[in-house]
Amino acid sequence: FTTPVVDDEMWDDLEAALIGADFGPDLTDEILDHLRSEVDRLRITDPADVKRLLRETIEERLAAHDPTLRLSERPAVVLVVGVNGVGKTTTIGKFAKFLTGYQRSVVVGAADTFRAAAVDQLATWAERAGAGVVRPQQQGQDPASVAYQTVERAIADGTDIAIIDTAGRLQTKAGLMDELAKVRRVVEKLAPIAEVLLVLDGTTGQNGVAQAQAFIEHAGVTGLVITKLDGSAKGGFVLRVQQQTGIPIKLIGQGEGIGDLTGFTPHVFAQSLVP
Amino acid sequence: MATFGTLSDRLTQTFSALRTKGKLSPADVDGTVREIRRALLDADVALPVVKDFTGRVRERALGDEVNKALNPAQQVVKIVNDELVTILGGEQRRLQFAKSGPTVIMLAGLQGAGKTTLAGKLAKWLKNDGHTPMLVAADLQRPNAVQQLQVVGEQAGASVYAPEPGNGVGDPVRVAKDAMKVARDKQHDVVIVDTAGRLGVDAELMKQAASIRKAVDPDEVLFVIDAMIGQDAVATAQAFQEGVDFTGVVLSKLDGDARGGAALSVASVTGRPIMFASTGEGLDDFEPFHPDRMASRILDL
Ligand SMILES: Nc1nc2c(ncn2[C@@H]2O[C@H](COP(=O)(O)OP(=O)(O)OP(=O)(O)O)[C@@H](O)[C@H]2O)c(=O)[nH]1
Ligand SMILES: Nc1nc2c(ncn2[C@@H]2O[C@H](COP(=O)(O)OP(=O)(O)OP(=O)(O)O)[C@@H](O)[C@H]2O)c(=O)[nH]1
Ligand SMILES: [K+]
Ligand SMILES: [Mg+2]
Ligand SMILES: [Mg+2]
Repeated sequence: FTTPVVDDEMWDDLEAALIGADFGPDLTDEILDHLRSEVDRLRITDPADVKRLLRETIEERLAAHDPTLRLSERPAVVLVVGVNGVGKTTTIGKFAKFLTGYQRSVVVGAADTFRAAAVDQLATWAERAGAGVVRPQQQGQDPASVAYQTVERAIADGTDIAIIDTAGRLQTKAGLMDELAKVRRVVEKLAPIAEVLLVLDGTTGQNGVAQAQAFIEHAGVTGLVITKLDGSAKGGFVLRVQQQTGIPIKLIGQGEGIGDLTGFTPHVFAQSLVP
Repeated sequence: MATFGTLSDRLTQTFSALRTKGKLSPADVDGTVREIRRALLDADVALPVVKDFTGRVRERALGDEVNKALNPAQQVVKIVNDELVTILGGEQRRLQFAKSGPTVIMLAGLQGAGKTTLAGKLAKWLKNDGHTPMLVAADLQRPNAVQQLQVVGEQAGASVYAPEPGNGVGDPVRVAKDAMKVARDKQHDVVIVDTAGRLGVDAELMKQAASIRKAVDPDEVLFVIDAMIGQDAVATAQAFQEGVDFTGVVLSKLDGDARGGAALSVASVTGRPIMFASTGEGLDDFEPFHPDRMASRILDL
């Protein structure tokens, strides 16, 4: 803090910090209005206390939802969705490794039959993670059928968890969003879907909210994964996403290594948002 | 300007209350500037850039050109638009070709920004223009990045120099250096170097990018940035400018509905021109960047 007292400059600094962390102008105003009234009510005079209160407010909001992964069905089917290049395939590799580390058997399904070398990329991760992989039988095979075969194989082999990779798609592309709904329907003929994880890139700005809304509508998202938080971006937009959609953050990606995946801890996240 | 969307509507509303009063006061203009500020922040323009920008607009809005205008609201929108177009580049710059020897284009940017796809797009476009591009697989880190480049190279009908398997095996600087000799021997007139995605804060990988640059002495270094990026655009662009010093910017994933305020952030902070827009996953989804269209998009006009 540049000022030793609660003054306009301090409020400007806080505003800059929240905007800079991608909370967006509306949520920033909302949080600061709340904070102002609290500062008045509690007669706070030390900027350090204001900051602590801000962190607590954010932590409280982040913690309003249950981040627990639901993977009790057998097989537990996990569908991974999101826009292009956010880190879906990488997250699957890390997650599979995490699960095999707990002695769960895992098979991953390469239902991204579109992007160049996407199947090979997933297969590389599966190998690193000690997971099985179901590949398309032919070039450009219908993603829904690859997803179906993955779950079929998990059932036949008694595999604990089946994770299905999907091609990146912008939420504005109606045809591609419908394709996800189809993947869901087809898989559900065999087994209920335990989790639909929406991967959001931590460097994203306010568009993240539109992404979440569209994927929730078309793919029935049950949890969020925030990636690339090892960089300088803060990912404050996810608070808006969580507040507006009620979907909890479940996993955090912090690097390109197979171990760079953690659960979501509101305290840690709030700390990094308002250092 | 034919149609006015949300920002223009709001500005018109702000102004209609003032219409009868004659000359605008600084307080009147402040209300307007607040609306503009909010629109830019909603579009993910970085805060320091917004401050700078609104400061300039405020100054002009207080001047005669607005006060004497028949419709001050439209005049302010016009000023905002003009200022945006100016920062975004006004005139658009073309690729710089080498005077002798192969033209070298190096791609750099964050993970998943769209570099490898762009390599294919550039290759296809240049090939259709009579060039003989060669792609260089210098991302030896991301799983199967080499195969991905081979596939897009094939789709583009361009040859790919990929002597190393990647997935952590091979030295990208060495590959880049050797590629130059191969290109000369095989008489490729354009060389496009794909590199691994890297974070601005990753000093080691940034140094590697600088070494690749040194090894190929590129005519263009294109910084590829995702149109969906938020406030971090400034820090990241600055890190790449200091780390590899790019010559131009490519804005990717503009086929979505992100307003793309990063374009303004990057252009104003680095002073580097935005040269191309990437607008899809297909190799033809690629076009020269249009500052005027981008200005309307950012302002939601
Ligand atoms: N620094 C960092 N990079 C990441 C992280 N997660 C993924 N990446 C990188 O981001 C890039 C894209 O990751 P992918 O897993 O291919 O993303 P995707 O969502 O599957 O991409 P598409 O299938 O093309 O839509 C790769 O270079 C990854 O190594 C992360 O948490 N931190
Ligand atoms: N919708 C859309 N998708 C794009 C565009 N450009 C690239 N993509 C997609 O974005 C994802 C990442 O693209 P890549 O070309 O692999 O990105 P990269 O920068 O090479 O990624 P890394 O090598 O992992 O750093 C892929 O799914 C591409 O198909 C674009 O302009 N629009
Ligand atoms: K971070
Ligand atoms: Mg993928
Ligand atoms: Mg790449």
